[in-house]
Amino acid sequence: MDFSFPPEAEAFRSEVRDFLATNLTEEMIEATHDGTMHIPALHRAMAERGWLSGPVPAALGGGGRSALESVILNEEMQLARAPIDAMGVTVIVAAILLEHGDDHLKQHVVPRLLDGSSLACFGYSEPEFGSDVAAAKTRAERDGDEWLINGAKMWTTMAHIADYVLLLTRTDPDVPKHKGLSFFLVPLNTPGIEIQPVPTMAIERSNATFYDDVRLGDEWRVGDVNGGWSVMKTALKYERGIAGGQFLSPPVIDAAVDWAQNHTRPDGTKPIEDPTVREKLIRALIDVEVCRGFAYHCADLANQGVMFGVEGSMTKLFASESYKRHCRDFHDMMGAEGLLTHESADAHLGGRIEENLRHSPVTTIYGGTSEINRNVVAEGHLGMPRAR
Amino acid sequence: MQTRLTEDELAVQDVFRTFFANESPSTVVREAERTGGFSTELWAGLATIGGTGMALPGAVGGGDATLCDLAVVADVYGAHLAPVPLIEHAVAARLLATIGGHDELVGELANGTPLATIALRPPVDGIARFVPAGAVADVVLAHVGDGIVLDRSAPSGETLPNTGGLALAHRRLTDDVISVDHAAWNHALDEWRGLTAAAYVGLGRRVIEMGVEYSRERVQFGVPIGTFQALQQGYADASTRIEGAHLLAHRAVWALETRQPDASRLAGMALLFAAEAARFATDRSMQYHGGYGFSEEYDVQLYHRRATAWILQLGDPSLEYARLADGEFGPAVDGRMA
Repeated sequence: MDFSFPPEAEAFRSEVRDFLATNLTEEMIEATHDGTMHIPALHRAMAERGWLSGPVPAALGGGGRSALESVILNEEMQLARAPIDAMGVTVIVAAILLEHGDDHLKQHVVPRLLDGSSLACFGYSEPEFGSDVAAAKTRAERDGDEWLINGAKMWTTMAHIADYVLLLTRTDPDVPKHKGLSFFLVPLNTPGIEIQPVPTMAIERSNATFYDDVRLGDEWRVGDVNGGWSVMKTALKYERGIAGGQFLSPPVIDAAVDWAQNHTRPDGTKPIEDPTVREKLIRALIDVEVCRGFAYHCADLANQGVMFGVEGSMTKLFASESYKRHCRDFHDMMGAEGLLTHESADAHLGGRIEENLRHSPVTTIYGGTSEINRNVVAEGHLGMPRAR
Repeated sequence: MQTRLTEDELAVQDVFRTFFANESPSTVVREAERTGGFSTELWAGLATIGGTGMALPGAVGGGDATLCDLAVVADVYGAHLAPVPLIEHAVAARLLATIGGHDELVGELANGTPLATIALRPPVDGIARFVPAGAVADVVLAHVGDGIVLDRSAPSGETLPNTGGLALAHRRLTDDVISVDHAAWNHALDEWRGLTAAAYVGLGRRVIEMGVEYSRERVQFGVPIGTFQALQQGYADASTRIEGAHLLAHRAVWALETRQPDASRLAGMALLFAAEAARFATDRSMQYHGGYGFSEEYDVQLYHRRATAWILQLGDPSLEYARLADGEFGPAVDGRMA
C-alpha cells in the first residue's frame, strides 16, 4: 500500500491553502449566518481557477483534475471552514449531467455550472418520503412534446439561490417503485414553482418547493424515461463518497483545544490538564485520521475508475457519527459558556462549537441516514439479506 | 497512492492465508491454550515458509519483505488467532538488525530458532513483567533507562494463566546494555503497535464473518436472524469501524516503513482504534450468537478473549491515550497528572 500523494497533488494542496488564506475571510464566513451556506465571491474565484470543473474529465470540458486533487480541495476547504454545500451540490449535478444527460444539458447547462455562473440543488425527498426516496410521487406526465410536473419536494436546500433543481419524479406509477422514476433538471424560474423557506434548529435554512403544472421540454430530462434509479445511484455515490463532510470535525477540535488550553475552571485548573479531556481530544483526532483514510480511499478508488458504493456509505456513516459525538463532547466540556451563540460577543471563537453542535444532527440524516448507510454496508459489504 | 493491497501484497496474503487456514484452525488454537499459549508445530511450519524472517534483511538471511508485507501477514495471523509470536519475533529481530553487530543471531532468528520477543513494558528491579511469549522466548529485548538490553536466559516454559490464552511470563533480565539507540527502541515499539493494529483488523473481520455466517443458519421466530435489522445495523457499524481501522493501520505501517514524520503518532492511534474496533466487533458477534457465543464450544469466545488481551500486554489503554496527548499538547503541567 502507498498513502503518498503524487507531487502535483501536493503542489495543488499548497495552492489551495494559499488561495484560501487570501480569499476566504472571517467576514465571508460570518455572512453565512444569514442561513445561506454559500459564499458567491469565493465560488466565483474558485470557478475562475477552474476548480469547479476540476473533477470533470478534460474530454468533457472540465479541468480533468484527479479525484485525489478533488479530495484535497474538499479537505482544505473544510479545514478552513469554507462552506462547501452549494459548491459540492453544483459540481455533483454537473457530473451527473455529464454522465446521464443529453447534449442540450451538457452544452447549455454544464458550462454555466462549472464556470460559477449558475448553481444547482437537489430535489429528491418529499414531505412523505425521505429514506424511502424511491417512493417519490411527484408526478411527471407527458403532454404532447412536453412534460407536466406536479408535486412537492422537501429539503431543497439552496433552492432560493439556485438556478436549477435536479428533480426526482414518478413517470410510471404502475410498475415497481424503482422502475417508474425519471430525473429532470428543472430551471427554477419556470412558471408554476413556489419556494418556501424551512427554518432549521441550526443556522442554515432549507426549503420546501412546490410544482404546480410546471411545463418542461424533453431536453430537460436526465437519463432514460423510467431510468431514474440508475441516475440516483450515481448521485448518491458522489454525495456520500466525495462531496465532503469527512472533515467537519477538525475546526471543532481546533476550537476545543483552544478552549482547553486557555479557559480557567472555577478550581483554577485548565481543561487541558484534565486526563478525561485529553483522552477525548485524542479520540477525536484519531477519528479524524480514520475519516482521512476513508476519504483518501474513496478518492483513490475513483481515481482508478473503480465504482464504489459501500465505501462511500462507510465514509459518510463514520464521518457524520463521529462529528456529532465530537460536537457533543466539546460542547459539554465548555459547560454553560458553551451555550452562548454567535450572536453573543462573549461566545468563544464566534460560537463555533455551539454552531456545530446545532448543525451536527442533520449530518447523520441528510444524504442518506446512518440507518440507511448501515443497510447498504450490511447488504453490499457483508452480504446480509435485504431487511426492509 | 494505492489504498488497496498491491498485486505483490495480495500474493503474500494468499500464501499466508492458506497457511494459517490449514495450520491454525481453532483446534490448534484451543490445544495451544491448554499447553501454555504456544504451538511448537505451528512455529516450525511458519519458519519453513519463511514467515519468521520475511521482513529481515536479505544480507543476513531474511526475506527482504517490507513492513507493509508484514502487516498483510499480521492481518491473516490475527484472523486465525495463530498461537505463535509472529509480531514480537519480527519486531525484536528487526530491532537487532537495526542496532547492528548481531548478524549471526539475526540470521538464526530469520529461521525461527532461537525465538525472540520484546518486553513491551520497562523492567522494574531487573524483572520485565508480562512479556509476550515470555514463557517460550529464548531471546528477550527490553528497554531499561540506560538503553536496550539483550537477554538470552532460558525461558521457564511456565505461562501465567491469562484471559487471552497467551504465552505471557515475567522474565528476570540481564542488565547488559547493547545499544543506547533509544529512537530505535521507540520505533520498534511503534512497529509492534502498527502490526498489532493490523492483526486486530484481521481478528475483527473474521469475528464479523463468523457472526454473519451464523446469522444465516440460526432461525428464530421462523426466519434466519440475519434478516433482523438490529443485527444488520450492529454488524454494519462494526464492519465500518474495522475497515476504518484497516486503512489507519496500513497507513501507519506505511508511514513507519517510509519514515514519515507522523509515523509514530499514526501507529499509536492505529493500535487504540483497531483494538477498540475489534473489541466492539467481538462484543457484537458474541451478543448476536446468543448463549452459544458464551459457550466454550463456539469460537467467538476465543476471539473475544484475545481481542481483550492483546492491547493490555502494553498496559492500560488510558496510558496510551495520555502518551499521545503528551505528544500532541505537551506534557500535562499539573502535578496531579504525572
